[in-house]
Amino acid sequence: MNINTREEGGYAIIELIGEVDLSCSPVARKQILACLKAKQDLLVDLSAVTYIDSSGVASLVEGYQTAKKQNLKFGLIGVSDSAMSVLQLARLDKVFPIHANVEERLRADG
Amino acid sequence: MATSDRNPAIEVRDLVTHYGNTEILHGVNVTVYEGEIMIIMGGSGSGKSTLLRYLLGLSIPTSGNISILGKDITKLDAMEMQELRKNMGVAFQGGALLSSMTVGENVQLPLFEHTRLDRKTMQIMARMKLEVVNLGGFEDLMPAQLSGGMIKRAAVARAIVMDPKLMFFDEPSAGLDPVVAAELDELILRLRDAMQMTIVVVTHELQSAFKIADRITVLDRGNILMSGTVEEVRASGNERIQSLLNRRPSTEELAADEYLERLTRI
Repeated sequence: MNINTREEGGYAIIELIGEVDLSCSPVARKQILACLKAKQDLLVDLSAVTYIDSSGVASLVEGYQTAKKQNLKFGLIGVSDSAMSVLQLARLDKVFPIHANVEERLRADG
Repeated sequence: MATSDRNPAIEVRDLVTHYGNTEILHGVNVTVYEGEIMIIMGGSGSGKSTLLRYLLGLSIPTSGNISILGKDITKLDAMEMQELRKNMGVAFQGGALLSSMTVGENVQLPLFEHTRLDRKTMQIMARMKLEVVNLGGFEDLMPAQLSGGMIKRAAVARAIVMDPKLMFFDEPSAGLDPVVAAELDELILRLRDAMQMTIVVVTHELQSAFKIADRITVLDRGNILMSGTVEEVRASGNERIQSLLNRRPSTEELAADEYLERLTRI
């Protein structure tokens, strides 16, 4: 797994790339929580994720809950079909704000 | 997708096993492809539970090879087997939850054993899997407070908590009422579809087998009678298979000499 970070439209964007599994999800978690600690609104870009396991999804859940507690905006963008089916299994597709890309999220923010 | 386009997740070749001096499996060959649900079916004494034990690497065969996810488990040492088991989930017949731990702690157990994830991550992973098996919110209960069907589902949550590539179910419907058994069948299908799991189900429940199987292997007295799709098994002209499907004694079943031998063996 690789991680790219950038800023766009007032959001910090964390792009996860490749396989997000038990061996590397703690790195993604750390990065997500660090962004939120720095009081940044955050979007996690999953468009380049080839596989995400439930430890990866758990890090996203923890990130979203942390953001909510701090009144920060959080969401997922570019969720691939395989990542979506993992989210759907635990009905998390109904929990996360999910958009195709940053532009769509910004439009939804109004 | 045709099975020939897929890689085998499990390959069993010429498996011979003994219990004491008695040969139980007489040269069994089975292939399970990635992403399929294979039902191992047979009556009691057919050898299906024995086959499961060997697939899990719990016993050493007399001869033959068992390849799991590309590794011949008859040649692995304990450490290598332990590593491979991280990719294998098992839901045992009785659930096998630890009675002194809460449901949530039971589900987290494999994560404690095999990973160094943050406590919070483990907790969320366990809760997600309890949601998957429709036990969301039950994590603080003790196993003794659950019904039989709930215990089975909690055991499934524990078995899938590490997202295994391969999942084994031992008689999942046994002792469950038809509605709960059907829920469990649905869950098995969802695990295949959402997680692309390869799933092996050992059962004698025909209805469930036909509902969820991609392919069925029929075992009888330690021999494979056939492996095929539901349609192929149903259409089989083999008398033993038809007898199993119709649950009536076969005319050739009473192998008198063998029976007498069994009763009188010293």
